[in-house]
Amino acid sequence: MLELSADLYAAFYLLATILFVFGLKGLSSPKTALRGNASAMAGMILAVVVTLIHPSVKSYTWIIAGLGAGALIGTVLALKIQMTAMPQLVAALHSFVGLAAVLVAAGTLMIHLHEGEVSGVLLAELMIGSAIGAVTFTGSIIAFGKLQGLVGSNPVVYKGQHFINLLIGLVIIGGSVQFVMSPDLITFAWITALSLLIGVLLIIPIGGADMPVVVSMLNSYSGWAASATGFTLNNHLLIATGALVGSSGAILSYIMCRAMNRSFFSVILGGFGAEASAVATGGPAKGVKSAAAEDAAFLLENSTKVIVIPGYGMAVAQAQHALKELQAALEEKGVELKYAIHPVAGRMPGHMNVLLAEADIPYDSVFEMDEINSEFSSADVSLVIGANDVVNPDAKNDKASPLFGMPILDVYKSRQIFVIKRSMKPGYAGVDNSLFYYPNCALVFGDAKEVIEKLASALKGGGH
Amino acid sequence: MSPLMIGIYVFVLACFIGYHVIWGVTPALHTPLMAVTNAISAIVVVGAIIVAGFSSENSTAIEIIGFFAVMMASINIFGGFVVTNRMLAMFKKKK
Repeated sequence: MLELSADLYAAFYLLATILFVFGLKGLSSPKTALRGNASAMAGMILAVVVTLIHPSVKSYTWIIAGLGAGALIGTVLALKIQMTAMPQLVAALHSFVGLAAVLVAAGTLMIHLHEGEVSGVLLAELMIGSAIGAVTFTGSIIAFGKLQGLVGSNPVVYKGQHFINLLIGLVIIGGSVQFVMSPDLITFAWITALSLLIGVLLIIPIGGADMPVVVSMLNSYSGWAASATGFTLNNHLLIATGALVGSSGAILSYIMCRAMNRSFFSVILGGFGAEASAVATGGPAKGVKSAAAEDAAFLLENSTKVIVIPGYGMAVAQAQHALKELQAALEEKGVELKYAIHPVAGRMPGHMNVLLAEADIPYDSVFEMDEINSEFSSADVSLVIGANDVVNPDAKNDKASPLFGMPILDVYKSRQIFVIKRSMKPGYAGVDNSLFYYPNCALVFGDAKEVIEKLASALKGGGH
Repeated sequence: MSPLMIGIYVFVLACFIGYHVIWGVTPALHTPLMAVTNAISAIVVVGAIIVAGFSSENSTAIEIIGFFAVMMASINIFGGFVVTNRMLAMFKKKK
C-alpha cells in the first residue's frame, strides 16, 4: 500500500478545502456557478480518494458497498425530484448528514474503546458530535414531514414546552459529563437518544410559515455536525468545511428572518401561525373590485412595462410554464416584462428563482426585492400571482398589523394592479390584505394557471 | 498548542471565510447554495470511511455502522451535487 506522510495528507485535505471555497465562490453569479459546482465536486473526489489510501483503512468491502448504494440512491433522488419539492429533498439530505455524524461518532468511540485509548477531550468531542448530529437528524425528519404534508404544518404547542426542553437539555449536559468521566456505550446511547428526542421537540412548535428559516437553520446544523466530527477525528478538512456550511446556513437563516420581520429567537421558540386558521374567512369582502381575464389582457397589451410578482401559490398551480407563454406574447407586442422576487416567495431561500429558471424564464429578467422596488412607480401593470403577504401595504402603514415592519414589494405604487387569486383567503400569516381595497387594484378570480393561459391566448388572438 | 486549540483556530478562521464568501452569493442562487453545501457537509464521509475500513478481531459491528455512515454520506454527496448541477443548468440568459 502506498504510504504518504501525515503532512502530505494534510496538504491534500487543504487543497480539498480550497476547492470547496472556490465552489461556493462560483455561486456569486449564474455564469460561474456550474464551474463552482465542478470545483466542489473535485474537492470531494480528492478528499475521498486520499482517505481511501489512508493506512488506517484496512478493508474495502463495506466502504465500496456503502459508496455504491449511496451513489445509486442519491443520483436517482436528485434526478427524479420535482423542483417544487426541493425543500423536502434538502431537508431529507440534512437528516442523512446528521445520521452519518451520529454513526461516525458511535463507530469512532467503539474503535477507541476497542483499542483502549480514550482521552477526556476526545470523549467530550464525540458526545458533542453525536448530539449535534442527532438533533440535525430528527429535526430534519420533522421538517421533511411538515414540508411533505406527512405531519400537520401547524405548530404543536403545549404548556411548559420550553421548560421540558430545557430540562432535557440539562440532563444531556449532565449525562455527557458522566460519560466523559466513565465512558461506556450505554451512556453514549441514551444521551444520543435524548438528543434525538430534543431534535423532534425543537421543530414541532415551528409553523409552516417559518419553514424557510427552519430549513436554513438545519442546513447550518448539518455543517456544525460535520465540524464536530472533524474535532473527534482531529481532521482540519472536516472542521473547516463544516464551518463553511455552518456559516452559510446561519446567514441564510438570518436573511430569511429579516425578510419575514421575525427575530431568530421567536422563530425557534415557535408557535407562530397557530391562530392563522381561526382568522381565515372565505368569501369576497366589501369594496373589492374584480376583473375578467379579458379586461386584464387588454390593459396588459397596452402597457409598456409589466412587473410580475410570483408567489408560492403560482408554483402550486404549476403556472410557471404558462407564464413563459404570457411573457413571449407580451414581448412580441413590445411590452417589457420583469419578475420581482421577495426573499420568502418560495418555501426555501431562492426557491422561486429555481422554479422560474425551470420554466425557461431567463434569469436576467428576474429581480430581487431591493433591485426592483424603485421601479414599481413606473410600472403600468403589476401582476400578482399567488403572492399575498409580501405585497401587503399594511406592513408599511399599519402599526397594528402583525406584518408591520416586514419588507414588502411596493406593488401598490404601480398604475394598475391585478391579483390572480382563488378566493379571498388570507395568506400564511392569516392577515387581511389592504392592497385588495386599493382603487388601482382589481382581483382576477380563478386558478393561476388557467387565468394566465387565458391572458396569453387573449393576447395572441389580438381580439381587442 | 494542543491539537484541540489548533482545531479551534481552523474552525474560527473558516467561519470568517464562510461569512465573507456566502454574503457574496447572489440571492437568486440560494437554493443551489443550500444543495451544494448539503453535498459538501457530507465530507463526514472521511470519518465514515475510516470507521467502515476498520478491520480487526470482532469488529464486524463497527464496520456495519461504518457501512451505514458511508451510505448516508454518499447519498448526500451524489444527491447534492447532481441536483445542484440540474438546477444550475436551468439558469439561462435571454437569447
